[in-house]
Amino acid sequence: MDEFIAMLYDELGPLPTGALSPETQFRQLEAWSSMTALLIIARIDADYQVAITAAELASAHTVSDLYQLVKKPN
Amino acid sequence: MALFSLNNVAIKGIAASVPNEVQSNSDLALIPEKDRDLLIRTTGIKYRRVAKFGTCASDLCLAAAEKLMASLQWEKESIQALVFVTQTPDYITPASAIVLQQRLGLSKSCLAFDINLGCSGYVYGLAMAASIIAAMPNGRALLLVGDVSSACISHSDKSVVPIFSDAGSATALQHDSSATAMTFNLESDGSGYDAIIIPAGGYRAPVSAEALQYMELEPGIARNQMHLVLNGIDVFNFSVREAPQNVQALLQHLGLKTSDVDSFVFHQANKLINDTIARKLQLAPHQAPQSLREFGNTSSATIPITIVSQLAQQLINAPAKLVFCGFGVGLSWGSVYLETKGMEILPLIEVA
Repeated sequence: MDEFIAMLYDELGPLPTGALSPETQFRQLEAWSSMTALLIIARIDADYQVAITAAELASAHTVSDLYQLVKKPN
Repeated sequence: MALFSLNNVAIKGIAASVPNEVQSNSDLALIPEKDRDLLIRTTGIKYRRVAKFGTCASDLCLAAAEKLMASLQWEKESIQALVFVTQTPDYITPASAIVLQQRLGLSKSCLAFDINLGCSGYVYGLAMAASIIAAMPNGRALLLVGDVSSACISHSDKSVVPIFSDAGSATALQHDSSATAMTFNLESDGSGYDAIIIPAGGYRAPVSAEALQYMELEPGIARNQMHLVLNGIDVFNFSVREAPQNVQALLQHLGLKTSDVDSFVFHQANKLINDTIARKLQLAPHQAPQSLREFGNTSSATIPITIVSQLAQQLINAPAKLVFCGFGVGLSWGSVYLETKGMEILPLIEVA
């Protein structure tokens, strides 16, 4: 999870330390946009070899929800 | 598997044309100023070409075709096939290819038809035109491919405006018994039909007052049902999954490695997608040229635009081993392996 959050800091940054936790509602972040969403999907594809669909992403609200999608069986 | 080879066909020349109006994503009012750099870095697209209202894909292709025929010194009577690939035709009916037959002054004995495909269209069009010419001794064909996507997107939709750009092209094919085989791998998946779609205006959802109603879906995204909708995430996933697999299967069928190919010319979707595909295939940067910065995503025309703007010097005089790969709306995708022995490549044509 720590590694996953570090990746999100990377793609959404710059963010203050502590801005992201498993409970963070990522859509509320100012840095969240359709462009950063696509960058995160691409990063997850590269780092975890997992494809997250638009519908799956729409069902995720917190950082933890997103992490569960990354860990889904392929 | 639609994997097949065609003998006795050679590409003799390629020309591409763009509207002369350039728009820049650096000053696109639709995108907040602070987000523009990230947008340009991610998409790789700095400039776009935008056709004048009323200029059709056929007009851009006509300009390319006339110059290419003149440069090759092809008599108009010698052309037996005209294939036009577009999603932005002149009319719903008749097919624009037939209107072009007359406008280009081609003979009535020339066959002409349209193909409704977008980002995969250059490869599909090449397969169809080459199939005809392979079966026709002394045959010559014009493959015209292009789109004016600016005409079918909402200019109040930030999810499409920064990406799409307009262009046309002409490719000259000739029966040639000394040509090496072209090998195609063509695929389709209709389960993703709505990943890139213009929902209304066909016969499933005809034009109506309701279809023309603008709706603001989120800040910066307003459109009606006659405008193109693009699901960026699903298109990303599809593209980076299918394009590399399709190319791998093609090369494996031919017993080739990626290092055996001089250049891979991919549809130019956006930099994030194109870089991911190149990384998955482990291509060296010089093997996968991009034309996104200057010309954006010109739909069906990206492959000829990339050839004309990035590969002209390599392809005019020297032999080359090439793979072209298109992927997108349909969903539809495919690739072709071909070897060229020098061909006419005209400088980019600008249309007023």
